[in-house]
Amino acid sequence: MIDEILARYNYWIYVVLMMIGFYAVIAKSNLVKKVIGLNIFSTAIFLFYISIGDIRDIPGKTVTEPIYMQGQNLVYVNPIPHVLILTGIVVSVSITAVALALIIKIHKEFGTIEEEKILEMQS
Amino acid sequence: MRILPFIIVIITGSLLIWAGQDMPDFGDPDAPAHHHVADWYIENSHKDVAVENMVTSILADYRGYDTFGETTVIFTAGIAVILILRRRED
Amino acid sequence: MREEDIIIRTVIRLMVPFIQVFGLYVVFHGGVGPGGGFQGGVIMAASIILYVMAFGITAGKQRLSEKVNMILRSTGVYLYGGAGVLALIFGGKFLDYGVIPLPLHGASHIRAFMIDGVVEVGVAITVMAVMVTIFFEFYPGGTSDD
Repeated sequence: MIDEILARYNYWIYVVLMMIGFYAVIAKSNLVKKVIGLNIFSTAIFLFYISIGDIRDIPGKTVTEPIYMQGQNLVYVNPIPHVLILTGIVVSVSITAVALALIIKIHKEFGTIEEEKILEMQS
Repeated sequence: MRILPFIIVIITGSLLIWAGQDMPDFGDPDAPAHHHVADWYIENSHKDVAVENMVTSILADYRGYDTFGETTVIFTAGIAVILILRRRED
Repeated sequence: MREEDIIIRTVIRLMVPFIQVFGLYVVFHGGVGPGGGFQGGVIMAASIILYVMAFGITAGKQRLSEKVNMILRSTGVYLYGGAGVLALIFGGKFLDYGVIPLPLHGASHIRAFMIDGVVEVGVAITVMAVMVTIFFEFYPGGTSDD
């Protein structure tokens, strides 16, 4: 039972990081802190997905990165998660850029970036 | 430290940890993620495309349409930032 | 100009060409080691942002004017789409680089040339131009007047 929990320790660490980012998104009232929390959340998801594709030591074979080499008894790490996460990183950067531009525009309009004060000013 | 968001975070975290017990072990070579499509790419990548890096050959040749959409996404993000933040110099 | 500005300006003026050459190295060696279009484009944009941080926004806009930036932003997408349409012209499917008649031996070498020499360069140009655009828009006193 204990070694079953310890064999998947990477998933627990990334779930903790995801929950830290999630708390920052829903609990902080400053808009820039929410965007940073969203960034932490996406980074934790990327790390979770890449850690699925790792291969540990197999006795008798060499485990290497997915770049083609000549040699005997080679086992390559799975290249597919790397491909999918590259696209995901670019989407995350684009979302952060547009969100920060919107925050600049909100600051010009309202004069503040605290969520509670903006909701007070609107109603 | 507000109470209601903290309770929501604890509930979501424990649901994720409970669902994560079905995942394969860390670094298991018999995991089902390594066997269906990845084996085909590892075998045929150097024969079809003369590039050693398998990640680049998958990204730019086998799945090149996704990378084309990706370039469009980052181009659209640049245009969105310009549209939000520029004013006309009247 | 304060005293420490001289040190920063001299060091950055020495470092910026090397960072750009390293960015181009990462783009063109995407087929042999880790790297590729997105990574190299961000490194090249980082060199321009470093230059602007040391020398000011007007000096940066003299080096990379708004008109050149605007042309570069769409050139990368055109290069990528053009490579795909070129494959359509020669009878294959869209983005099927094996049917283009280049003087290289074998379809695998034609595909390797197209992805290393045309597609990755296009992606790097667009990513560099968009990162520099985002930085210039956010900079106070840049194009968004207040």
